[in-house]
Amino acid sequence: MSAEVFSVFYQFADVFAFLILSAAGLAIVFGMMGVINMAHGEFIMCGAYVTVGLVNLGVPLAIAQILAALTAGLIGVAVEFLIVRRFYKRPLDSLLATWGLSLIVTQSMLLIVGSAVRGIGTPEGSFAIGGYTFSTYRLVLFGCAVAVLGGLYIVFMKTRFGVIARATMQNAAMAKALGARTGRIYSISFGIGTGLAGLCGALYAPTMTLIPTMGATFVVESFVTVVIGGANVLLGTAPAAVFLAIIRMALNASYGQIIGQIGMLVAVILIIRVLPEGLSSVLVRRGR
Amino acid sequence: MFKLLEGPQTLGRGKIFWSCFLAVLAGALTYPLFADSYDVGNFAYFLIWIFMALGLCLMWGYGGMLSFGQTLFFGIAGYGYGVLAINMGGGTATIAALALSVVLAMVAAGILGYFMIWGGINGIFFGIVTLSATLVLAFFLGQTAGPEWHIGPARLNGFNGMKGMDPLAVGDFYIEGSALYYVMIALIVIVYLALRMLVNSGIGNVIVATRENPQRAEMLGYDVRKYQLLTFVIGSGLAGLSGALYTSWGQFITPSSIGLPAAAMPIVWVAFSGRSDLTATLVGSFLLLFGFQTITVYSQQAALVLMGALLLATVMLAPQGFVLGIGKLAADWWSGRRPRDDGAVMAEAGRLQSEES
Repeated sequence: MSAEVFSVFYQFADVFAFLILSAAGLAIVFGMMGVINMAHGEFIMCGAYVTVGLVNLGVPLAIAQILAALTAGLIGVAVEFLIVRRFYKRPLDSLLATWGLSLIVTQSMLLIVGSAVRGIGTPEGSFAIGGYTFSTYRLVLFGCAVAVLGGLYIVFMKTRFGVIARATMQNAAMAKALGARTGRIYSISFGIGTGLAGLCGALYAPTMTLIPTMGATFVVESFVTVVIGGANVLLGTAPAAVFLAIIRMALNASYGQIIGQIGMLVAVILIIRVLPEGLSSVLVRRGR
Repeated sequence: MFKLLEGPQTLGRGKIFWSCFLAVLAGALTYPLFADSYDVGNFAYFLIWIFMALGLCLMWGYGGMLSFGQTLFFGIAGYGYGVLAINMGGGTATIAALALSVVLAMVAAGILGYFMIWGGINGIFFGIVTLSATLVLAFFLGQTAGPEWHIGPARLNGFNGMKGMDPLAVGDFYIEGSALYYVMIALIVIVYLALRMLVNSGIGNVIVATRENPQRAEMLGYDVRKYQLLTFVIGSGLAGLSGALYTSWGQFITPSSIGLPAAAMPIVWVAFSGRSDLTATLVGSFLLLFGFQTITVYSQQAALVLMGALLLATVMLAPQGFVLGIGKLAADWWSGRRPRDDGAVMAEAGRLQSEES
């Protein structure tokens, strides 16, 4: 009996981790600046490639993953400085600009690196409960997803940066008048967002085939989570991920991955009919 | 009714514009007399995509709804045409298959549009919800390789795509080569003129008013959601027309014409051309398609990198679109010698200002 219960939890944890890790970076950028980074998938791809490249050079996996996330974060800061910064007053144009960037990056990677790179294989390690065997690495991913949420909570709720960032989010002009350097806050937030995208790629790199178009595997999940999560990462993205993970897990188990994905999309389309501002609007209203 | 061909919502008016229009049309009609049939077929291929671009121009430029789902409806109608043509047999039935597949795309757009528009989704989210739906359809069709995925005798064939449907035909006469080319030209002229009349009509004015300020339009007594849904259905239906014609043209369709990077292409064409005008979109999309095809022969990736760079350059340097900008410059240069009447200039200035805000 307990084995079945754990199995259900395991499947839930697997989907939940995927949703949180792929959406967290996108949600932070959207929450802070109202910008959807269409090159989000490419930052994920960047994290995965850096990880695999470093591991193939002999760097231990965990360190390679951290370095990959940092790389993606730094590239993100550069992209913010060169491109995204100009579009804070034109959010739709920022969508187009980052989409253009995404096309350039994916297709250049196809030209330069070619279609496939030697992967590194999922870390060994499994454990058995009852008659079932579970992969340890999937639980590590779940742990990372929870750690990301915890880390974001601490950064945004308990640090000085977090206070200024939340002030900027609520009223950028007022925060600026009070002496906050909103431009710097934006570029750091964008860096955190793309760094988390890089982390997502780094963490999933061992589990998937590396191709330049791999970012597309993550974008649907990250988009729909952010769409129903709304602008607040902690109060929106996390509950949205729990909700979508339950739907997805149930459908995956009985009908397979693709029906799970279709079901998730249909659920999202039904939800936006009722809650156009996302789950966080409801939760925030309750909280007041 | 023909008065609506000119108006505040479209650029180009008067004898000079329409003489140019007729000259281009005459050139297009006589083109097959000079060119060999291979080039005519290629030309027809560029024209396929124009409908999709005009549809996006209507939704995005006039309606203010940035849909990333043009290839979704392209795919629905493209696959729809294939399934229907295979199931209903060839011959004249293919014309019905074409019409039905476009209706299918419009119904799908109506359903998706209802949930989004009545849910109050707009701006960025409108784009990413439509893109999510597009990608999910592409993923779904990509995994239908098994023999269990079939509709009647039509196999979906997963990533390799569906094939074996008849091209458009009347009786025993297949509409291919120059015949298809003339059908395309006729359809483009009809769609282009009809859209010009639509946007200059009362309905079109409400659509534009909604883009400018949905609340204001609502206060004036219009149910803006109905107008938005209408715009979305027409725009997506035009993408469907492109899809059905595409399947008929090549007698195959694959999921890769739905997913990424295909989904970005209509956006690039329309953004580069100038989304706020139908004529600019028509001309610009054709030029881009021509250029893209020329480079694709050497390297598809390089062509796509260039498209990405064009999109980035457009939003950074000329957010209103390059073709439109150049067209305006040319018009100003022309009117520098022949003063335009003030009313038109004022209307023009007002339109640009409100778009920038």
